[in-house]
Amino acid sequence: MAPTAADAITVALSPETVLAQMKANGVTDIVWLPDSETNWLYLLMQAEPSLRLVGVSREGHACSIAAGLFAGGRKPMILIQNTGMMESGDSIRGWLLGLNVPVVMMVGYRGWTRHGVTTDTAATYTEKFLMAFGINYYLVESDADALRITTAFEEAERTKRPVVVLVGDEYHGFNR
Amino acid sequence: MMRIAEALEAFRPYREDAIVVPGRGGRYWVETGNQNLDVPLGDPAMGGHAGFALGLALARSERKLVLFDSEGDILMSLGMLATIAEQAPANFYHFLLDNEVYATTGGQPVPNAKNIAYDRLALAAGYPRAPAFDEIGDLARELPAILSRPGPVFVALKVYPEVENEPIGRRRRWQTRSRDQVLADLRGELGIGP
Repeated sequence: MAPTAADAITVALSPETVLAQMKANGVTDIVWLPDSETNWLYLLMQAEPSLRLVGVSREGHACSIAAGLFAGGRKPMILIQNTGMMESGDSIRGWLLGLNVPVVMMVGYRGWTRHGVTTDTAATYTEKFLMAFGINYYLVESDADALRITTAFEEAERTKRPVVVLVGDEYHGFNR
Repeated sequence: MMRIAEALEAFRPYREDAIVVPGRGGRYWVETGNQNLDVPLGDPAMGGHAGFALGLALARSERKLVLFDSEGDILMSLGMLATIAEQAPANFYHFLLDNEVYATTGGQPVPNAKNIAYDRLALAAGYPRAPAFDEIGDLARELPAILSRPGPVFVALKVYPEVENEPIGRRRRWQTRSRDQVLADLRGELGIGP
């Protein structure tokens, strides 16, 4: 039987789940630049009084801001897309890896697909980029994967390094 | 124009318990007294000093955060001015050391070096105040007033280019503490766990 719309919802990663993970892991500040994976999440974050949103205009800026927030005792999380993550290479190197900042970077996995050939080069290079930097990552595609976000936070704290959560769920998860 | 060391010395009497990110002025910043609140990181990645200082200012709103940035860093991250202006931390004092060149690579001019008005860029991005100074006497006279009012404020300073031509590997290392130690000292002073 063909999947129904209801089935699609049950396999999606809901923004409420992501927000719950942020709160459960004590996130204080979201340093972010909007992307197509996080559209609806923005409204939820804006309405959440325990979170401060720091918007940037270039993803690399998020790295130095997160480093400063961490240095001052806050628990930031970075929310960007894979395209911007790749643009941010030197900032990731210098401000996050170089200063041992235990931060989770939630990265929209533009172009990710389990079905057929990947045609978007943003996806082609995403995991290779992370491997080159030696940054561990977890793929999250649905609510059932949500505990991987907690795993990423725990690993970041334990290793004093950035850990990435790749969000492989576009269009039907956050855009409503 | 003024020398970087002169500008830093003019500021020092008014420092009180501010956190100081000496940024591009790091090699001229003499650590005395409040060393644990000095955050000389060298150059983790160019263009990021303002972001780091913004994060620190947001995290520690109870005390002043003073940054000595450079025009080369600013030009790499112009959008950061908009982010700082939007967050508008009242404890953020953003000084710009504008020597018009990339001094650490031999003194090549930054793009359009003679014609950029960084104070006006800051105002256009949304900073409420952005005084500019060419002479040390004028800066010294106005500093108490600048620091007595809430931020964010952008203070553009024209400084002499103090060009380094020695190959990087042969330059005298001015940092006295590792970056790890600098952050550990700061967090300890602020009562933050490891």
